[in-house]
Amino acid sequence: MTEQPTSFAFSPENLEKAKKVIAKYPAGRQQSAVMPLLDIAQRQDGWVSVAAMEEIARMLDMAPIRVQEVATFYTMYNLKPVGTFHVQVCTNICCLLRGSDDVAAAAKQALGVEWGQTTGDGLFTLSEVECLGACTNAPMMQINDDYYEDLSAESTQAILEALKRGETPKPGPQNGRQFSAPEGGPTTLKELAFQTEKG
Amino acid sequence: MLRDQDRIFTNLYGLHDWGLKGARARGDWDGTKEILARGRDAIIDEVKNSGLRGRGGAGFGTGMKWSFMPKTEGPRPHYLVINADEGEPGTCKDREIMRFDPHKLVEGALIAGFAVGAHAGYIYIRGEFVREAEHLQAAIDQAYDAGLIGKNASGSGWDFDLYVHRGAGAYICGEESALIESLEGKKGQPRLKPPFPAGVGLYGCPTTVNNVESIAVVPAIMRRGATWFAGLGRPKNTGTKVFCISGHVNKPCNVEEEMGIPLKELIEKHAGGVRGGWDNLLGVIPGGSSVPVLTREVCDNVLMDFDSLREVGSGLGTAAVIVMDKSTDIVRAIARLSRFYMHESCGQCTPCREGTGWMMRMMNRMVTGDATVDEIDLLFNVTKQVEGHTICALGDAAAWPIQGLIKNFRHEIERRILARSKSAA
Repeated sequence: MTEQPTSFAFSPENLEKAKKVIAKYPAGRQQSAVMPLLDIAQRQDGWVSVAAMEEIARMLDMAPIRVQEVATFYTMYNLKPVGTFHVQVCTNICCLLRGSDDVAAAAKQALGVEWGQTTGDGLFTLSEVECLGACTNAPMMQINDDYYEDLSAESTQAILEALKRGETPKPGPQNGRQFSAPEGGPTTLKELAFQTEKG
Repeated sequence: MLRDQDRIFTNLYGLHDWGLKGARARGDWDGTKEILARGRDAIIDEVKNSGLRGRGGAGFGTGMKWSFMPKTEGPRPHYLVINADEGEPGTCKDREIMRFDPHKLVEGALIAGFAVGAHAGYIYIRGEFVREAEHLQAAIDQAYDAGLIGKNASGSGWDFDLYVHRGAGAYICGEESALIESLEGKKGQPRLKPPFPAGVGLYGCPTTVNNVESIAVVPAIMRRGATWFAGLGRPKNTGTKVFCISGHVNKPCNVEEEMGIPLKELIEKHAGGVRGGWDNLLGVIPGGSSVPVLTREVCDNVLMDFDSLREVGSGLGTAAVIVMDKSTDIVRAIARLSRFYMHESCGQCTPCREGTGWMMRMMNRMVTGDATVDEIDLLFNVTKQVEGHTICALGDAAAWPIQGLIKNFRHEIERRILARSKSAA
C-alpha cells in the first residue's frame, strides 16, 4: 500500500492554471476539467494522491468517488510515486517488429530494474506501455514528456546513461532521420518552394 | 505517383516553420472569410461533392455526417469535437499534422464548426502527445491573436472558440462516444447508439465528431474545389491520404499519397521495399491493428482504399500499413495485439471484458504450442462469441486479428502444438 499524504493543496501558480482550465468548459460543466486538473496535480507532486483527488472533487463539485474512477481508469495517472524520469517503453506490434525486445533488455540492464520498478536512487521508473503513436519511428520510448525514436540497444543505453550523468539527450529520431521521412531523405515534397523561402 | 502540387500536408516532415507565418506561406488562412461567406449549405455540399470519407477508420462521408446536424440552433448549443486520440497501433499520422501543420487543423476546425453551426470546438488529443499539444495550443493562440478565430472569426461575423483537451492514456477514447464521455469528465466508456452524437452528443447537445485528418483537409477542398479532390483516387475513394508504413520495410515512413495507390507501389516507392525483397513478405496489416492481415498473394495486387480492401476481407482503417516479413513470429505478433485489447477493454460489456483476457491467455499458449489442436477451434469459436456482442467495436477489433491468424496461418499454430507434444513425448 502506498503511504498517502493527509492533505493536498495546489501551489498558487497551479491554482491559477486550474482556474484557466475550468474556464474552457461551459458554466455548470466544470466536471470536464477533472482530467486536466489531475494532470496538474501530478505535475506538481509526481503522482496523484487520494488527497489530491479529494481536493479536485471539492473544486469541481464532484463526488470524490467520481474523481477516483477517472484517476484509476486512465493509465497516465500515477497512483504511487514514480522516479524523476519515467521511462516508458512501447512493446506493441510495430515496435516489436523492429526490435523493442532489444530496447527493453537494454533499458532493464542500464537501470538494473524490471518493468514497474523504480531504481534505488529514485531517479528512474521503468514501465512497459501500449502503442504511443510513433509507429514509423519504431522502436521508441517516452521519457517524461519526450519521445525517443528509432532506437537500438546502444542508443537506448546511451540515452539512459546520459540522463544519469545529468545531461538532456536530444529527443526524436536517434538515427539522424528527418522525423518520419524515409531514412536518407524524403521521396516526396521535393519540388515545392514556398514564398518565405523564395525570399 | 501523386504530384507534389496535389499534396495537402506540405510540412509533413517538419522541414518548415509550423507557426502562423510559415502556414500562411504554405497557403493556409488564405481567403477564409470568403469561404465562410459562401454559407453553411454550400460548404457542406462542397465537402459532400469532394467525396471525402472520414480518415479515422470508419470511412463515413464527412459532408454527410455534417448534414445530420440540426439546421438551426435550438436551445442546445452545437459542438464540434475533433478526435485526436490517435492510438490505433501502426497509426501516427495525426501526430505529424498537429506538430508540423497545426494551422491546417485550426482553420479546418473553424470551417467545419461554422458548417455544423458550432460556436465551440474541442480537440481531444491523446495525453502522451505532450509536445504535439503544445504546438497545437500555440497555433490556436496565434490564430486568436490574429483574429482568425474567436469573436468574429476571420471577419466572418461568426464567433468560434477552439480548445485543446488532453486525454490520459486510454485507447478506447478514440471511440467517439467514449471520447465524449471522457470530455465530460468521466471514465471513457462508450455509449449505446442511437442516439447518435448529432442528436445527443457532448453535454447532451448536437455534436459532430471528426478525425484530425478529415478536418485538416477541408480548407484545401474549399480552396481548390471538390472537383480537384474528387479527381484524385478512385470513385467513392477520393482524395489524398497520409499512409503510415511501419514494420519490416527498409525505410519506414509517413507519406501522403493518392487514395487507391497499389500497396506494392506504396511500399516500394516510399518505404524502400520489404526487407529482403518482396518475395520475403509474409503479410501486411493494411489499416492499423484492428483490421485483418492480408496474405502475400493478396498484397501483390491490392489497392489501398476503403472499397478495395473491404473486397479482400480487410479494411483501410487508418491507413496504417504494418509490414511483416518471413522472419516474423506471426503467432507472437497477434498474441501481442490480444494483450493490447485486453489492456484497453473498458470493462463495460462482459463478452469483451472477460473475452479479451481469455483470448489473450489462449493466444499466449498458442505462441509456445502449449495447447491441443481442437483448442484452435475453441478459440475461433470464442472470438465469434465476442464479435458483434458488445456496445462498441473494440470486441470486434480484438476478435478479428485472431480470426485472420487462424484462417491464414493455422498450419503454423498446429506445427507448434505438434512440435511441443513431440518434444514432451
